[in-house]
Amino acid sequence: MGKALLYDSTMCIGCKQCEQACADQNKLPYSEAIAAESVQSAHKYTVVLTKGDKFMRRLCMHCEHPACASACPVGALHKTKEGPVEYDVWKCIGCRYCMVACAFNQPKYEWGSLNPRVRKCIMCPDRVVAGKQTACAEICPTGATKFGDRDDLIKDAQERIRQNPSTYLPRIYGLNEVGGTCVLILAGVKVEEFGYPASEKIGDTPMPEYTGRVMEKVPDFIPVWSLVLGGIYWISHRRDEVAAAEAEERAREGKNGSTR
Amino acid sequence: MKIKLTFWRVVFLVIMALGIYSTIIRYSRGLGTATNMSDQFPWGFWIGFDCLCGVMLAAGGFCIVGAVYLFNVRGLHSVVRPAVLTAFLGYLLFIVGLLFDLGRPWFIWHQLIYMNPRSVMFEVGMCVMTYTTVLFFEFLPNVFERFNLHTPIKWIHKIYPVLIVLGILLSTLHQSSLGSLYLIMPSKLHPFWYSPALPFFFFASAVAVGLAMTIFESTQSSKALGRQLELSVLVRLGGALLVALWVNALLRFEDYFHRGLLRQIVRPSYEAYFLWLELALSFVIPITLLSFKKIRLSPNGLYLASVISLFGFITNRLNVSVIGFETYVGHHYVPKWTEFSVTLMIVAMGFALFRLAVQYLPIFPKEELVSEQLDAELLSKVKTVTSPAVPALENAGN
Repeated sequence: MGKALLYDSTMCIGCKQCEQACADQNKLPYSEAIAAESVQSAHKYTVVLTKGDKFMRRLCMHCEHPACASACPVGALHKTKEGPVEYDVWKCIGCRYCMVACAFNQPKYEWGSLNPRVRKCIMCPDRVVAGKQTACAEICPTGATKFGDRDDLIKDAQERIRQNPSTYLPRIYGLNEVGGTCVLILAGVKVEEFGYPASEKIGDTPMPEYTGRVMEKVPDFIPVWSLVLGGIYWISHRRDEVAAAEAEERAREGKNGSTR
Repeated sequence: MKIKLTFWRVVFLVIMALGIYSTIIRYSRGLGTATNMSDQFPWGFWIGFDCLCGVMLAAGGFCIVGAVYLFNVRGLHSVVRPAVLTAFLGYLLFIVGLLFDLGRPWFIWHQLIYMNPRSVMFEVGMCVMTYTTVLFFEFLPNVFERFNLHTPIKWIHKIYPVLIVLGILLSTLHQSSLGSLYLIMPSKLHPFWYSPALPFFFFASAVAVGLAMTIFESTQSSKALGRQLELSVLVRLGGALLVALWVNALLRFEDYFHRGLLRQIVRPSYEAYFLWLELALSFVIPITLLSFKKIRLSPNGLYLASVISLFGFITNRLNVSVIGFETYVGHHYVPKWTEFSVTLMIVAMGFALFRLAVQYLPIFPKEELVSEQLDAELLSKVKTVTSPAVPALENAGN
């Protein structure tokens, strides 16, 4: 059963304790200055954004069909059956295709490092495997970030929308976007206002399918195209051989004729 | 030995000095200092120019080898070696560029042990490695011939059909896969350049560029070496280029037509300006030029049309990799001077290595020796059968 996070922005009070807990969990620096940063970066996997009296968290969406994992040439990023999309730093060669491939722009890079790593929320895999909640869900004082089975969280979210239709926009962001994500968002305002890509822009098709349609043809393409090319080579050179043989024959016949 | 300091040598030295300085910055301070790339713009000029354009400009190798050895087109033998040399150098320099762009280039070999066959980047990587190897073998006879080693040349002749088929297969995959890379970002890349047909466009344009590049490099090297230009060859390449440009232009038009973008592309916008520039340089101007018989038969005209179309396709690759993302990202990306200077250094190295190779290796054999190619015996037999139809054109051109 895949685990997920449900973030209910209407319950969020913007205390940023999730940011702090995330930094502690991942051994990242955290200070007042970093708390004031309103962008995600290599040292800030999650951020709580403020707009008037509304708050919104951003973090890796842990897609069901992650573009980053399908893009990575060395498989440094991979989806685990528990839900998290993990990163194996040893494998990474630093091509940054994951960063361009991600529809949510979640992978960040250590641009200042001489041996840079891709950085993003990895959904506390050690804790999840041990049956615990993620650090951010555990610390959240209001329950705005809730950890659980994805299916249960979806039911929970639907129930909340049904009970308080005036509080919520009637959609769960991440339910179907890019084929579904393991971070689900409930909000009273459009999440797009906080930099999330619009649902209609990213669609419900898993991003890996766009490249998959081409990549799945490659194994067939290689033998077929080789045969075609080899065939062309054979035909065009066979013509020469025949022409040369005929020319030789004619020459021989000519010689024979003259001697006669 | 005294080396004369000519203007171009001074330019070369300045470029190399700046390039080495930038290289030091890149490897001592990291990508953040050496480039203007950021979390918003993770791919910049090095991917756009060094990689996308580098591979595209190396396409002459497989185009000419394909025409001469696969389709047995007559009379192009003299450009096979320079085209293979350009491709080989292009791929080597592309790898050099990659070593600058990769964040952890010392782990590039991970590609061989941690394979992810679903990744387009994996396909790109494997094609680079294997095709560079194929090009190495296609290039090797030049070196053997230089040192009069005939036995290894015979070995290479034996595997030549395999090399040819492999080379074209890998080029097809590689050129198109660079376009496939962008298929995974439908929400990011501007619709002017995002198309499900990107892999086809990248391949088709590579064929046109391969022809244009061969015209360019033949003209350049004949100037440099004071060699007589083989107009008959250029004229045939020019004719093929015109056809290739038309095919590319029609493909692009079809794509815009089917996706209902024809109205959008004529409306002025930031992207439209760059698209117009691209289309004008890659299609409108060179097709117009080449449509005049007078231009198609003159070395200068062919050279001009080829160079303009090369700039057009370079614009296309930069549009796909940089301009097409700017609206999505919300700000402009302008490469840092160090990015330009590294790229310039790599290009300058390419020119210098080409120059050295043609000077010391039998890349351009003497006119009579042209037929001393890999299938020399065969050709001599056939020579009597096929009468070259081009000398007539040559006279007309002169």
